[in-house]
Amino acid sequence: MFKKFLKSVREFKLPSILTLIFIIAEVVIEVFIPFTTAKLINYIQTTAMLEMAVIAKYGITLVIMALLSLTCGGVAAYTCAKASSGFSRNLRQDVFDRIQTFAFENIDKFSSTSLVTRLTTDIHNVQMSYMMIIRTAVRAPLMLVFAIIMAAVMGGWLAMSFAVLVPLLGFGLFLISRKAMPAFRAVFRKYDRLNESIEENVRGMRVVKGFSREDYEKKKFGIAAEDICSDFTKAERIVALNSPLMQVCVYANMVFVMLVGSMLVINSGGAVVNVGHMSAMLTYGMQILIQLMMLSMIYVMLTMSSESMKRIIEVLDERSALTSPENAVTTVKDGSIDFENVNFKYSAKAERFALSDVDLHIDSGMTVGILGGTGSSKSTLVQLIPRLYDVTEGCVKVGGVDVREYDLDTLRGQVAMVLQKNLLFSGTIKDNLRWGNENATDEEMIEACKLAQAHEFVTSFPDGYDTHIEQGGTNVSGGQKQRLCIARALLKKPKILILDDSTSAVDTRTDAFIRAGFKSYIPETTKIIIAQRVSSVQDADLILVMENGTIAAMGKHDDLLASCDIYKEIYTQQTKGGEDDE
Amino acid sequence: MSKNNTPAKMPGGRRKIDFKMLGRVIKLLFASYPRLLPIAMCCMVLSAMVSACPAIFTQRIINIVDVALKAGHGWDVVAPQVVPLVLILVSLYVLSIIFITLQTQLMAYITQGFLTKMRRKLFDGMQNLPIKYFDTHQHGDIMSHYTNDIDTLRQLVSQSLPSLLQSCTIVLTVLFIMLWSSVWMTLVVLVGVCVMIVVSGKIGGGSAKNFIKLQRNVGRLEGYVQEMMSGQKVVKVFSHEKKVREEFAQINEELFQTSYRANAFANMLGPIIMNIGNILYVIVATVGGVFILSELPNVSLSGLGAYLSQGAAFGTLTIGVAVSFLNMTKQFTGNINTFSQQINSIVMALAGAGRIFALMDQQPEIDDGYVTLVNANIDAQGNITETNEHTGHWAWKHPHSDGTITYTELKGDVRLTEVDFGYEEDKLVLHNVSVYAEPGQKVAFVGATGAGKTTITNLINRFYDIDDGKIRYDGININKIKKSDLRSSLGIVLQDTNLFTGTVMDNIRYGRLDASDEDCKQAAKLSGADDFITRLPEGYNTLLTNNGANLSQGQRQLIAIARAAVADPPVMILDEATSSIDTRTEAIVQRGMDALMKGRTVFVIAHRLSTVRNSDVIMVLEKGVIIERGSHDKLIEEKGKYYQLYTGAFELE
Repeated sequence: MFKKFLKSVREFKLPSILTLIFIIAEVVIEVFIPFTTAKLINYIQTTAMLEMAVIAKYGITLVIMALLSLTCGGVAAYTCAKASSGFSRNLRQDVFDRIQTFAFENIDKFSSTSLVTRLTTDIHNVQMSYMMIIRTAVRAPLMLVFAIIMAAVMGGWLAMSFAVLVPLLGFGLFLISRKAMPAFRAVFRKYDRLNESIEENVRGMRVVKGFSREDYEKKKFGIAAEDICSDFTKAERIVALNSPLMQVCVYANMVFVMLVGSMLVINSGGAVVNVGHMSAMLTYGMQILIQLMMLSMIYVMLTMSSESMKRIIEVLDERSALTSPENAVTTVKDGSIDFENVNFKYSAKAERFALSDVDLHIDSGMTVGILGGTGSSKSTLVQLIPRLYDVTEGCVKVGGVDVREYDLDTLRGQVAMVLQKNLLFSGTIKDNLRWGNENATDEEMIEACKLAQAHEFVTSFPDGYDTHIEQGGTNVSGGQKQRLCIARALLKKPKILILDDSTSAVDTRTDAFIRAGFKSYIPETTKIIIAQRVSSVQDADLILVMENGTIAAMGKHDDLLASCDIYKEIYTQQTKGGEDDE
Repeated sequence: MSKNNTPAKMPGGRRKIDFKMLGRVIKLLFASYPRLLPIAMCCMVLSAMVSACPAIFTQRIINIVDVALKAGHGWDVVAPQVVPLVLILVSLYVLSIIFITLQTQLMAYITQGFLTKMRRKLFDGMQNLPIKYFDTHQHGDIMSHYTNDIDTLRQLVSQSLPSLLQSCTIVLTVLFIMLWSSVWMTLVVLVGVCVMIVVSGKIGGGSAKNFIKLQRNVGRLEGYVQEMMSGQKVVKVFSHEKKVREEFAQINEELFQTSYRANAFANMLGPIIMNIGNILYVIVATVGGVFILSELPNVSLSGLGAYLSQGAAFGTLTIGVAVSFLNMTKQFTGNINTFSQQINSIVMALAGAGRIFALMDQQPEIDDGYVTLVNANIDAQGNITETNEHTGHWAWKHPHSDGTITYTELKGDVRLTEVDFGYEEDKLVLHNVSVYAEPGQKVAFVGATGAGKTTITNLINRFYDIDDGKIRYDGININKIKKSDLRSSLGIVLQDTNLFTGTVMDNIRYGRLDASDEDCKQAAKLSGADDFITRLPEGYNTLLTNNGANLSQGQRQLIAIARAAVADPPVMILDEATSSIDTRTEAIVQRGMDALMKGRTVFVIAHRLSTVRNSDVIMVLEKGVIIERGSHDKLIEEKGKYYQLYTGAFELE
């Protein structure tokens, strides 16, 4: 698992390695400082006639050591910050880039909110772990080893205390983490659900207030919050045992050193152990135990972020379901479309085909209308044309060539599609229109907007084409949004234009104007219009009526009215309004 | 002790930390745990003090050993001196462990309890906020109070504040012991500590500044990612992947720049303080050496005591004292380091606390209503008496200032008279709107987006209060009616359906909490939802999550209609859905709506011809003014705007 992440380190390998080197250097110096100070203390204590020169010598050594340690620590701090931030930058870019290669099939698998969490919170967690690893995870064991060695060298017999205390503490900390981790994981899941319920409440506030359910909601939330509180407290209280446990060990060491230490000093006459060693032992003892504590913290942190890592890996491992072939065709001859014995299902595991037995020929320049109930696979049918999904059986041809043989950008450049769930991005109207064609001139944009019947309302805004669109296009009405999305697609000057229920919020008159415009200004473009309203497709060259993933009928308006019951039913219902309600 | 250099006064902190916020958090903490918190704090202080004391005893033991060694004494001579000291040490340690266990366990309990209290306070306060708040704040921002901001508080309460208190205690205790031992040496240490505080303040301040900037950049990246992830399919359709990648790379780069700066500053703090500590250690050793060598009199509090009481002269600095000073220096710097590590989280927590308090301090929805809705018995003469039983009749209980109470039957007569309203003070959305709806009448609002249709319905249930004019409900000014009672007499079905996590049954029962399962099923049958619900895998017990994501749009609407139906209110406000559902489902939803409307006063924002045509009165709105009103036939006859809408372009949004 870690290997995959290491790929994202790239240019930050150097700072990462530098961090390790400087931290090792810092650790060495840091270990030698108490060694030297012990000598100094020893000198002060054991020498009857102190000489300032000797003290100064120790002092200068110590100051140099401190300065070195400062330099190493400072450099390591800098490189570590750079390496971990850089690593997370690369990782974030990698995940984002991977998502950009996703086909619709992949996108359907992940919800957009879960992708946002992966790109933000999860990557932040991994960054923190990385920082922890290159800084503390090297430092702590290293310090531990050095401190143990030094303690053994310095303390002789006294260091025996660690042989008992270290495994004891290590085992204790391990037990605590083992018990706490599952508790935390469970409570975090509950916590997520609590936050989801808050979001639900905020979103549905009109319902809450409309039914005056404020008190009910408070009670409901209170119960859930208290439940989580008790779970959280339990988990936290397990972790809270860490610090008393460590204190016990530190104190045990202190007592041991004081009692046994002074005994050894006196009995050996200062030969085996001296006073300086005793104080050095105290320092190293403290250090060893602190490092063990650090290790347990790292362990907790890594296990906590392992969930995040798993979720990121999931994205990185996702392979795009669609790619451009080699030696791809890079020109589209015309806007003719053929479906040859097409069967399609969204996943290999699905039992039923979403589309079955579709055989269809559309001439270049034709206007085709598609009608049908929800779930009749209208959108599915058209999404095969720009190869948003691949057929399961049969083939789809555009301009006489199988869509799987085209370069994806070429194909999608020539097949413009206005999605049912269309979206404007934050930025000016011009910015949004340029999605269709980056180099579009103002004249081209105005022309497209005129064709989409958007020019009039755009110019009615004080800032005209420079009007800022809020995220999600919330500051324009539904009908206006749809018209801008059509203009955006028109700017591609496509050979095939697909409108997937893109005029549902546009009034019938404007809708008719748009269609009339298509007819006179882009006659060579094949137009495919999915609609709920019969009036939107009524005068198409060909109307498809879809039901349950098949084409139930096709023909012109008059033929269908005479021959197709479904069509007739939809038509009567819409034109007669509610007269038959009574 | 004029130079009381406690870490709390770090200049870096002072510049950024809003102490008022800190005060408020602490006050709330005390209010939540008036007994436990002081106990926990006592434990913290005591354990900190106790952990500072051993230095005295270890110093004495070393002294004794040192002296004994030089004198050549054996262990049998030393033991009686050392063992009692070790025993004192042990008892101190036992105490310390008891305190620390108590303290950490208590704090785990207090932290979670406090966070839960804050969460509930936040949530309860939020329930009382007017709809306006939710209309004017991004839901994501509201949510981040519960997630990010509360999380920063957790860090503050569980770590930063205890660490602040303990560091202060240890520093003060050590300072006292230092002064007790030697004033000169103490001064040396204090000078070093000052340097440390100045430096860490500078760096800590820089770090905090960068962390705040970092928060901003994180927010920006999050916004961009959110937009692009939800628009991923559009990106594909336009083959825009490369451009989006480049844009993201740029935002990502900026985040990297601030992130590494902020972290570099934060990471450097530790080594800098520790190494200033190391240098200070050397200086203390050197000065100690000088004092011992030159045999300068050692001014100390203990010496001062002896001097004042017995007139004894100040002694010279002993080796033991010098050594203990070295250890105390370590302790001093260690504690300052510990605390300095908390600066960032304190700054962030206080920023978080600021946002939490801002939400808590929002003006709640005011409700001065005193007219309430009660169950009523109505006799043949039309006399109304109050009862506790559910009679199917309701009455408005209206207490008057002279002490009398009148009862008015709840009929569902709603009149808006010359109403003016604007969401912002100087921008009126509705002008002089008058609407009369008699019991059982159906009033349809028709008009373009922004004409003010939804606004009118917002006023009837008092989501917003009118600026001018009057709204009367059964002849009573709605401002006098208690909001909860007013709203429970009004049912609403909104355009965007919101369902809650829970079973289908729970969701329907939301309309009337004491409804039996049978009542709910009955309501579902009435609204035409029963058919599809019974076909769900677990029928009425099917669990809905994520706003009923497993249901179709039409099915969700049917549940919302059933929810309103079970409440059985005399007045309904309906906002028909515009989103395209297929013609068949639409017909079912329509039938449900029609069933719901029967026998009630209904305000409907109409998007469908059939609804409009069947209404008793149609109000055509344009820019906040009712420009036409009347029945369908009358308006068609008048050949005005409605006629145009109906015949030519029917843009009903």
